[in-house]
Amino acid sequence: MRAPLRATAARPSPGRRGGLSPRLPPVRLPSLLSFQAAWCVLPSRVLLVLTSQKGIQMYESDGSIMVYWHALDVAEHPPAQAVFARGIAAAGGRFICVGTSSGLVLVFDIPPKGTNITVSEVLEQHRDAITDIAAELGQAPDGAGDLVTADDAGSLCVWSTGEEFTLRSKIPAFGCACSSVKLWNGVVAAGYGNGQIRLYEAATGLLRAEVNAHARWIYALDLAPETGKLLSGAEDSFVHAWKLQRTPDTRRLQIEHCHAECVTDTQVCGARFCDPEGNSFAVTGYDLSEIFCYGRA
Amino acid sequence: RVDEWTDVDRKRVMNDIITTMFNKKFMEELFKPQDLYSKKALRTVYDRLAHASIMRLNQASMDKLYDLMTMAFKYQVLLCPRPKDILLVTFNHLDAIKDFVRDSPGILNQVDETFRQLIETYSCLSAGEFQLIRQTLLVFFQDMHIRVSIFLKDKVQNSNGRFVLPISGPVPWVIKICFNNDLFLRMFNRNGDEVKRTEFTTGGNYVTPQREGSFDLYGDRVLKLGTNMYSVSRPVETHMSGSSKNLASHAKENIAPNPLAKEELNFLARLLGGLEIKKPGGSETGFRLNLFTTDEEEEHAALTRPEELSYKVINIEATQ
Repeated sequence: MRAPLRATAARPSPGRRGGLSPRLPPVRLPSLLSFQAAWCVLPSRVLLVLTSQKGIQMYESDGSIMVYWHALDVAEHPPAQAVFARGIAAAGGRFICVGTSSGLVLVFDIPPKGTNITVSEVLEQHRDAITDIAAELGQAPDGAGDLVTADDAGSLCVWSTGEEFTLRSKIPAFGCACSSVKLWNGVVAAGYGNGQIRLYEAATGLLRAEVNAHARWIYALDLAPETGKLLSGAEDSFVHAWKLQRTPDTRRLQIEHCHAECVTDTQVCGARFCDPEGNSFAVTGYDLSEIFCYGRA
Repeated sequence: RVDEWTDVDRKRVMNDIITTMFNKKFMEELFKPQDLYSKKALRTVYDRLAHASIMRLNQASMDKLYDLMTMAFKYQVLLCPRPKDILLVTFNHLDAIKDFVRDSPGILNQVDETFRQLIETYSCLSAGEFQLIRQTLLVFFQDMHIRVSIFLKDKVQNSNGRFVLPISGPVPWVIKICFNNDLFLRMFNRNGDEVKRTEFTTGGNYVTPQREGSFDLYGDRVLKLGTNMYSVSRPVETHMSGSSKNLASHAKENIAPNPLAKEELNFLARLLGGLEIKKPGGSETGFRLNLFTTDEEEEHAALTRPEELSYKVINIEATQ
């Protein structure tokens, strides 16, 4: 069974293999609802992380070996609640963080090679299922933190990664689920179930912009770190491109709308830039077996 | 040979099916937290429900009825403006059912009881939890593109079987839009003051919603999804979209052995055990419902149905 795809493409970077390997992993994946797949790019290696109802799997980037399997503890969850892992991000050059349906964020310490992966910490600030996790993609200003976690209630937490993770700020919910989040140059970009995109200062949690961007649930946000372009995809069939401008010294923040693309009769489930400048992007949708790629003419 | 249906017959079938569907034991099983059924299991339960009275359907008509039901359901789940609206759609269904049995207080009571249970179980779920339920349902219906003539006629479905997603009309009761029906952007300074407001057109044409639908036992649901498609009676047909590469995934699903098969059969037996089926008595002849225009057409449909779309119904004798 295919879950609604959230497209995640590897960003090509020198010296690292990009893109999906055509070879399938030899392990037969259980036919359960897979929630997410994400490339985690660390300085020494790239791992493919998959989450599902049963737990978390980590593969070498060519899919040849499963290096780690973490089963979710069903006992931690109240009965009659769905159990799953959701939200994946590489952080701090050393960790992979994965969220769970109970609101916990598992921090995995990843060695430069081999399978000796351990849970170094469990972050317990969220009370609702984690929806998304994002690491700083640019340069964080001092004290701004380099990781943001989001949950079903719409609460966001900003963290500083390290041997011990520190909570930097907490952004309260306003009554709507936060479905996706990105962090860039100390700015948190959050997409919500009511179609809104909000920008917050990561260091203080202050609201800086509120965009009524979509007429339906936002499924995907992506950010091109070299230009500050933001991409949003939602159930209303639209994909929007925005331009974020952030001057680190004056801390001024601007956002403007660049482009709208309507994918006719399709609820957009995934949207990702295909390059770090944001000159092209890929879109997936419900009931769509194709990936649509858009680029500059 | 099928005789003419009378109004008494129709009422009898309606009452029997509704009584069976809202049977206390059956509902108890349904309300237990559980994974979504497999396609086979769902079809088996549906078959049992359709035959809960003196009405009978041949394989071809049963297949067609089921296709119609799944596409209508898919349409309603897909087009919900907000995740919580799947509950409003459910309430619309129940409101219509209650109207069908308004002259039978006993059955009406059963339906009300289920209504209360739904309110109790689901009213407090968050938008995120509803969205998860909705996504799970949508995955179940993924790649099904059977064309339904009533949908084609009303232009809610394209000729390729995909539903039309309108980009105009009322936004869901959570979205703010501005005067010109455009979406907009607001910026704040560090003191929290609004310093800039920009509007932009997206190509959509949205309007402010009137009000939110009611989640109470009685009330105006506002949302039209889930209301009776046949309140204006018209003929209905379904068309197989022919084999396409999308259907290959169905074929694969049927071949792979299901390790949970035994568990599922046990569950089905329990579930169906709660369905009190009345078999037609000695003197009752029963009526056969044919969803095609002639018997020959029905036979032909049974023979030409694409293999990928066969439902492989499980036969269970779950007598108590």
